[in-house]
Amino acid sequence: MHLSPDEIVYWQHGPVKLNATIVQTWGLMILLSVSAWLITRRLTTEHVRSRWQNLLEIVVTGMKQQIADVGLRHPEKYLGFLGTLFLFVAMASLCTIIPGYEPPTGSLSTTAALALCVLIAVPMFGIEDQGLGGYLKSYLEPTFIMLPFNIISEVSRTLALAVRLFGNMMSGAMIIAILLSITPFLFPILMTLLGLLTGMVQAYIFSILAAVYIAAAMRTRTPKSGRHRETEPSTHAPAENHG
Amino acid sequence: MLIDWFTVSAQALNFLVLVWLMKRFLYQPVLQAIDAREQRIAAELADADARQTEAKAERNEFQRKNAEFDRERSGLLGKATDEANAERKRLIDEARQAAEELSTKEQESRRQEVANLLKSITRRTKEEVFAISRKALADLAGVDLEERLCGVFLEKLQSLDDEVRSHLADAVQNSSEPPMIRSAVDLPPEQQEAIRNVLREMLSTDVRPLFKTVPGLVGGVELTAGGQKLGWSIADYLKSLEAGIEELVGKPAPPEAETTISGS
Repeated sequence: MHLSPDEIVYWQHGPVKLNATIVQTWGLMILLSVSAWLITRRLTTEHVRSRWQNLLEIVVTGMKQQIADVGLRHPEKYLGFLGTLFLFVAMASLCTIIPGYEPPTGSLSTTAALALCVLIAVPMFGIEDQGLGGYLKSYLEPTFIMLPFNIISEVSRTLALAVRLFGNMMSGAMIIAILLSITPFLFPILMTLLGLLTGMVQAYIFSILAAVYIAAAMRTRTPKSGRHRETEPSTHAPAENHG
Repeated sequence: MLIDWFTVSAQALNFLVLVWLMKRFLYQPVLQAIDAREQRIAAELADADARQTEAKAERNEFQRKNAEFDRERSGLLGKATDEANAERKRLIDEARQAAEELSTKEQESRRQEVANLLKSITRRTKEEVFAISRKALADLAGVDLEERLCGVFLEKLQSLDDEVRSHLADAVQNSSEPPMIRSAVDLPPEQQEAIRNVLREMLSTDVRPLFKTVPGLVGGVELTAGGQKLGWSIADYLKSLEAGIEELVGKPAPPEAETTISGS
């Protein structure tokens, strides 16, 4: 009985090791990339298109719409990061129906890695949008007294992201593992179904929180800038029309 | 320890690689396809708009032309109707005129016919009367008709009043030519002698009249001298008959008279 797939180590050489988390992540990466490649290599711009293309278009435009709804202008720019977060976490949960599979998101290492990516991406997008000084000044908002609290908030929310996802996924896997040893029939299936639901919810929460954090890094400066206020309605208008 | 830092860094790297892969194989192609389709749809809509505008313009043009055509057509139709009416009026007038001319001609020819008929009736009647009279006179009295005609002529001459007689004498004397006696048939010498005697006696001059035969003079004798004419013929008797027939036929011949004439 192990708490995390990290503990299943296939190969190790010093600090470098190949555990189940990494292997299964690669498996997911291959699954996502190959299926995406298989579908997108035959994309058509005609009015009639394949159902797989339809599915991908729905997923991509849905994610884009969610990002736009959070308040980010030019959602295509963040689609790569936020969309991949969602797809990875969602696919990691969906694959729990495969026997012998353990979601890599059930490892705190994975969720921590994802949360660290968010932690780094937020200031990167913020600096890209408003410059280094502008971004750093946002830590002094509304007054400089708030600086430590802002930093604490930054770190704690990243920690919360990592632990929330890890806790949910790990608990799901644990519950199923425990139930399998107690009541091997039917009940684990119900719990797996519940796990699929919580997995999708967690994927949504994780990616939407990341989007909100990025949007917060953007938005801090927006009310002060007349230029942004002027351009905001015009850039928001197409996003609203999209829905 | 739940967190293995090597795994963390490996997963972070894995995630970044996945981000790149997804961008490369999923987001870019799908977004491009969607953009291309949207552009295509926008282009099609714009094209449809343009076509609609064009069609509207064409329809307006067509309607305008149609209205113009209708107007022209009604104008032409009205003109043609007017011309046709004028032509019809002209033709009717012509026809009426022609009919009138024809009827005038017909009336004229009928009048001519009536006149001819009348003339031939008159002549025939004269001849018949002459023949009947001659036959009747010959049968009943045994007297030759010519002789009797001559006798009547002589009687008439003798019974002339003085005024006429002096007129006649003046005419005979003033004329360079001798008086002329015209008759339908050749007068026998004794009658010529009798006439000569009566004339000589009446005019108390030696008159040598010329005798001439004119077949057109139906029964009768006529004396012509110096523009004066004295005569008697059956024609005189036929005058009343002629008047009666003319009255029957009438100048503006009534239909009954017409049928009667044409029937006879």
